[in-house]
Amino acid sequence: MITCAEAVRQLWAYLDGVVDEPDREKVEEHLAFCRRCCGELEFAEELRALLARPVAEELPADVHARLTATLDDVEARWAET
Amino acid sequence: MCARADQPTSGTRDRFRSLAEGELPRLYALARYLIGENEAEDVVQDCLLRAYRGYAGLEDESSGPAWLSRILVNCFRDRLRARARQPDLVELDDADEFSLYRKIADEDPFPYSDSVHLDFLAQFGREDVRAVLAGLPEHYRLPLVLVYMVGYHVKEVAFMLDVPFGTMLARLHRGRKLFERRLWDYAETHGLLREEARA
Repeated sequence: MITCAEAVRQLWAYLDGVVDEPDREKVEEHLAFCRRCCGELEFAEELRALLARPVAEELPADVHARLTATLDDVEARWAET
Repeated sequence: MCARADQPTSGTRDRFRSLAEGELPRLYALARYLIGENEAEDVVQDCLLRAYRGYAGLEDESSGPAWLSRILVNCFRDRLRARARQPDLVELDDADEFSLYRKIADEDPFPYSDSVHLDFLAQFGREDVRAVLAGLPEHYRLPLVLVYMVGYHVKEVAFMLDVPFGTMLARLHRGRKLFERRLWDYAETHGLLREEARA
């Protein structure tokens, strides 16, 4: 049986699906009886959700204008080929 | 006169324009996370120019957004290489042992809360998360952004950044730990730990 420290160390990798099968089983075996580590797991899931929250995609008008000008330039070059 | 077979048609140009223009907000947002406000626009411009040159090689139109993301990441990496910057060295020894979960439980910033951990995270808006990420060394920020924000698999990111899989796992682990510690520091310094800060 792995310790809490070992289980916690692998929680994110476990959620990422990148732990080996034997290690995954050890983590799950630990989680089956350790309430505190289950709390850590839930918290890790929430932290991942915080990171995965869709980014704000506002494009400032001046930046949009300059990037659109870049695309105009690209089109012009394309037309010349 | 007939157009040469390898000459881009106006239809191709239009498709590229439509793809790129639709992706501008997302590419810019991603660039801000990767390199920060000051250089984000430059990286997107690099990306557009490189994409234009390689568009003929894009076989599946539906993968256009992911293809553009990959080009953006490569442009970002080239920019880092050009600067010849070494990875920032940070005090990771104690960050490696830091647990935000335990820290919140120990400090109990919201004593009247039934769900103190969730309430802690609820204090962070998008811009707060962006600011915390922006403060991380590039070495760690890039994997976190690509895996958790963009949604690439860890193996894809290892390939993209040309590092062994085990190295990528270690960077992700340390990056997460550092992110956790910086979240706490940010909450402390920005007044997010006061009971009245809770909406």
